[in-house]
Amino acid sequence: MTELPGRSWQDLADAAGKRSEVPEGLWMRCPECEAMVYRKTVEQNLHVCPECDYHHRIGADERTRQLCDTGSFEPMWEDLRPTDPLGFVDLHAYKNRLATEQAKTGHADALVCGTGFIKGRRVVLACMDNRFMMGSMGSVVGEKITRSIEKAIETDLPLIIVSCSGGARMQEGALSLAQMSKTAAALARLDAAGGLFISVLTDPTTGGVTASFAMLGDFIVAEPRALIGFAGPRVIANTVRQELPRGFQRSEHLLQKGFIDRVVHRKDLRSEIGRFIDYAGK
Amino acid sequence: MTTVNSYAGTYELDFERPLLQLERQIAEFESQASLSRPDLADEVRKLRQNHDKMLKKIYAKLGPWDTVKVARHPGRPQAIDHIRAVIKDFTELHGDRHFGDDPAIITGLGRVGSHKCMLIAHHKGKDTKERIACHFGCAHPEGYRKALLRMRLAEKFALPVVTLVDTPGAYPGIGAEERGQAQAIALNLREMSRLRVPIVSAIIGEGGSGGALGIAVADRIGMMQYAWYSVISPEGCAAILWKSGDAAEKAAESLKLTAADNLQLGTIDEVIEEPVGGAHRDPAIATQNLEKWLTNALRDLKRFKIDNLIAKRFERLRHIGEVAPH
Ligand SMILES: [Zn+2]
Repeated sequence: MTELPGRSWQDLADAAGKRSEVPEGLWMRCPECEAMVYRKTVEQNLHVCPECDYHHRIGADERTRQLCDTGSFEPMWEDLRPTDPLGFVDLHAYKNRLATEQAKTGHADALVCGTGFIKGRRVVLACMDNRFMMGSMGSVVGEKITRSIEKAIETDLPLIIVSCSGGARMQEGALSLAQMSKTAAALARLDAAGGLFISVLTDPTTGGVTASFAMLGDFIVAEPRALIGFAGPRVIANTVRQELPRGFQRSEHLLQKGFIDRVVHRKDLRSEIGRFIDYAGK
Repeated sequence: MTTVNSYAGTYELDFERPLLQLERQIAEFESQASLSRPDLADEVRKLRQNHDKMLKKIYAKLGPWDTVKVARHPGRPQAIDHIRAVIKDFTELHGDRHFGDDPAIITGLGRVGSHKCMLIAHHKGKDTKERIACHFGCAHPEGYRKALLRMRLAEKFALPVVTLVDTPGAYPGIGAEERGQAQAIALNLREMSRLRVPIVSAIIGEGGSGGALGIAVADRIGMMQYAWYSVISPEGCAAILWKSGDAAEKAAESLKLTAADNLQLGTIDEVIEEPVGGAHRDPAIATQNLEKWLTNALRDLKRFKIDNLIAKRFERLRHIGEVAPH
């Protein structure tokens, strides 16, 4: 049978070498336009290439810093840790992978969430971190997303989720799959309560994350040129045995096909989110 | 005595080979015994006893990877076989009234026991031509949208929804992506969680990833004994984590994808027993067991007020997952 959607995880892991965060060193080469640019300049430009607007991937901490009014973000449920419910072992034990990723990122799992202010408006904000196991969703990510949704219901605050993920986490098997229906069910309740959910898709958003909460926003916006899809490009190419069209599964392509509302430059995210909140009367 | 399904006859599972050899021998002796060698009758009886013993033994210690093979056996009854066998006045309803009619998901009216229902089922296809048309049971967005359209219809007329899940996964193709595969599945998850009629799901063969879940959010979830259900296929998982499709057997073990595993994880409610040697060996019994389970589930669920049922459905979805501290 054809390879399955979850395969995207690997496509992304392989691509990570090229499309990773800003590397160390004073100067760096932009992976998109190949210009040599001063690293500080890129960082001060929200990690966007000053030459070509290439949006570098950023972690959850940098994301909350960029989106929230200075110093206003207060994280929640940071004590929640993943367990190893399946005793999963591949070439590495899941337990060891987790320890490595936790040491690398300083986070217990792939999601940082809490409350903060965006242009003076209080929000519930959840940001995925694709440095942690490709931002894959297991029980902890699903639980924290769900708690964020519930917090938004209780407080009537706008909910903003910034996605970047390889999809559901294989190492937690069917429990990861169940996080898709869990988060979607929680969003049904937010919807019924008249709550506002703004979904921000960033590079990459794929698999079980796209096929659950990420595509259920009242407003769905994406950063430029982000990879967004269900199956990974390589799985699709292997299945259909043909080259994929240029720009396939990128933000602009999804905009054209009608699946996202807007492509928004990183520098405009704060103001656009603020406008959605105002028009929703929250 | 077990019978051999003729459709399965040409296909051999590796671990069943000694068994099939014995079956052929029995068939040969039987034909001779009926003609010229009545003395072989005793021999045949002995061979049958051996066969049944061997069958029980093999299936008693079936590993996860072998289970996946049984779930994919071409002679295994598909949703359409179960439907044809026991669903009274099944009336198929085609299309999503938007893009097309995905043959990989069939929907329609029918009676399960005495219960009038809306049936939604994956369809893998019964012959090569059909299998290709159905993409081997891998649905497109229009399939998931067709399912949702029919669920809404069911809700309007207070018909319980019964879904039969059998897919390796949602189709990974250009058209599927361009028509919003992820959005279609996501919407089904959200809407099924609050659909105001009872939903009963049975995983009858393959329960692959979001493609399965897209019609498997339910009040009661059953899983046939030799079906598999997980976040990804063993091959897909092996390719990613082991960097080799050959590691599918190891991946199948790690994923905890069998019915017994899923029962333990809380992702299903009940295991639906199959005949000894799997559903492909005796499809009629498999269908009977499935029908009985569905009928019982429907009868149980009808006792609940719909608001209570939806609250329970939510609680179940809400509390799944393992985190520390609890
Ligand atoms: Zn550049």
